[in-house]
Amino acid sequence: MWDYTEKVKDHFLNPRNVGEIDNPDGAGEVGSLACGDALRLTFKLDEKKRIKDVKFKTFGCASAIASSSALTEIIKGKTVEEAAKVTNQDIANYLGGLPVEKMHCSVMGREALEAAIANYRGQKVTKEDFEVVCNCFGVTDREITHAIRENDLKTVEQVTYYTKAGGGCGQCHPKIEAIIEKVRKEMDKEAPPPKPEKKKLTNIQKIKLIEDTLGREIIPALKADGGDLDLIDIEGNKVYVALRGSCSFCPSAEITLKQYVETKLREFVSDDIVVEEVRP
Amino acid sequence: MKTVYVDNNATTKVAPEVLEVMLPYFSEYYGNPSSMHFFGGQVQKKVDEARERVADFLGAEPSEVVFTSCGTESDNAAILGTLDSYTEKRHLISTRVEHPAIGNVATYLGRKGYRLSELSVDREGRLDLDDLRESLTDETALVTIMYANNETGVIFPIEEIGEIVKARGISFHSDAVQAAGKIPLNMKKSKLDMLSISGHKLHAPKGIGVLYIRKGTKFSPFLIGGHQEKGRRGGTENVPYIIGLGKACELAKRHLDEENTKVKALRDYLEAKILERIPNTLVNGDRVHRLPNTVSVSFEYVEGESILLLLSDLGICASSGSACTSGSLEPSHVLRAMGVPFTAAHGSIRFSLSIYSTKEEMDYIIEHLPPIIQRLRDISPFWKDYLKSQGKA
Repeated sequence: MWDYTEKVKDHFLNPRNVGEIDNPDGAGEVGSLACGDALRLTFKLDEKKRIKDVKFKTFGCASAIASSSALTEIIKGKTVEEAAKVTNQDIANYLGGLPVEKMHCSVMGREALEAAIANYRGQKVTKEDFEVVCNCFGVTDREITHAIRENDLKTVEQVTYYTKAGGGCGQCHPKIEAIIEKVRKEMDKEAPPPKPEKKKLTNIQKIKLIEDTLGREIIPALKADGGDLDLIDIEGNKVYVALRGSCSFCPSAEITLKQYVETKLREFVSDDIVVEEVRP
Repeated sequence: MKTVYVDNNATTKVAPEVLEVMLPYFSEYYGNPSSMHFFGGQVQKKVDEARERVADFLGAEPSEVVFTSCGTESDNAAILGTLDSYTEKRHLISTRVEHPAIGNVATYLGRKGYRLSELSVDREGRLDLDDLRESLTDETALVTIMYANNETGVIFPIEEIGEIVKARGISFHSDAVQAAGKIPLNMKKSKLDMLSISGHKLHAPKGIGVLYIRKGTKFSPFLIGGHQEKGRRGGTENVPYIIGLGKACELAKRHLDEENTKVKALRDYLEAKILERIPNTLVNGDRVHRLPNTVSVSFEYVEGESILLLLSDLGICASSGSACTSGSLEPSHVLRAMGVPFTAAHGSIRFSLSIYSTKEEMDYIIEHLPPIIQRLRDISPFWKDYLKSQGKA
């Protein structure tokens, strides 16, 4: 059984603002019967251009219905400009969180809102304008990119949880990986991570920091590719490591070492670190 | 809140009689059946008795009964133990609607280089036996086909299949986890070489299963260890559970008539009332060749998880083949294999009864289910569209 919050249960059992507004100022619909969930959102503005009334109809599971209900409560009383800034995280936070596998329900809410606002503004957003990456669930590159940026997603599994893309036959996984890589590169350029301040370390502090950095920053990335790394010895500024798993026979092992491990250790520990590989 | 448990294909209540016979073997009689002393010997006698009860229930010889830890182990052992005995044969035949305990083993073997034939089913969940005939080759090591489907209750013609398979001299196994206790099984008259059953589906506890292996069947042990189970399954016997399963099989044999009269009548009553009171509802699977306790119904334009949670809120425990209940994003592989349209596949609910089910419980469900479906249809954008298309709104 899903571990839903009390707030999710409340909005599922007592959904707010169910229905459809006749002659709405904005209307948006996303999802389909085939996909297993769908949301139709309609809103009407008052004379001050604030959302006076908003209603939803949803086909889907408990978290889809609760996310739709939460969305209507969040945007009620907002201007269209304010509403346009609502993210799927805002919807999930309003509900006290959603199980990670169900985050796509909050994304569906945000997408329906976006579609309704576009409709109000007279813009046409159609799937045909974008590349459909996941054919099973009809998810476009635009939707995936948006979810990666908004939720800081790093893996294909996360993208599936947030957008459903890749949750069917799995053939699109390489495409999703490529999108993740591209978007994350863009994100890194836009906001370079602040460099941690480096201070003079004692030998013990230095060894500890090298171990920590390997464990936190480097080994998980290697493991993701089926590799691993063991710390063999530390002598002054030289760090001796042995590559394990798929790393050890990887032709790019040299490059992995020099460029990746060394860069990371220099970034987090000390600028003069030199990495040496110990071969079995 | 009262609990109305109609999810007996998921698991069943341990019969009080079963629990009672098990308890002394947790405390007083803790001997190891393999020991030479009287203290182990008296336990060995009870394990033998349980084996006889299981054999009697299956129409088998006691020596053909191998105790395992669960249905999944029995299925794994049947497949891997057979392939290991026919290393030169690299082809396996199964169906698209098997339980994951078979289906995922088959997929795993496919990755290991085995050739797989997964037989399709029609809209009613039935097999085409000509497909089976065409799939059999001299390379085929094993045919494994479930006795009855866990989601729809559809029963496959196992003996007719057995005639075809055994005419070619090929090993034949069936996962009978859902069938055992609900329809008669008689290995003496059967063409099957192996059959899996699971204790917790027939009022024994979780953690005990059986693999029936016909005398003379080529089989290599899956769990390699001691001499237990005549070398066919290592590991010290799970004594209390074996004794419990023996009792459960004795009771199941006694209750078989009741399953096919009382339980079937309750199921038919529930199904008829649901179809009568809720429009746009359809039954999934062949209604003739079906387990007496199971009904899978689909409610168009609504989603299964929502239905289950609203039922659960009223104490009613059922299950669904919808995507959202499993954490997967697609509806159950069984409904997809049958080609159930998406309008209905996402809104499927399975009710599975037991001998403990009552008419009052069925009435409670019949009273509360229609408003739940109506409430979700009122929220669903597709229901109004449908009514409009029918000129009803």
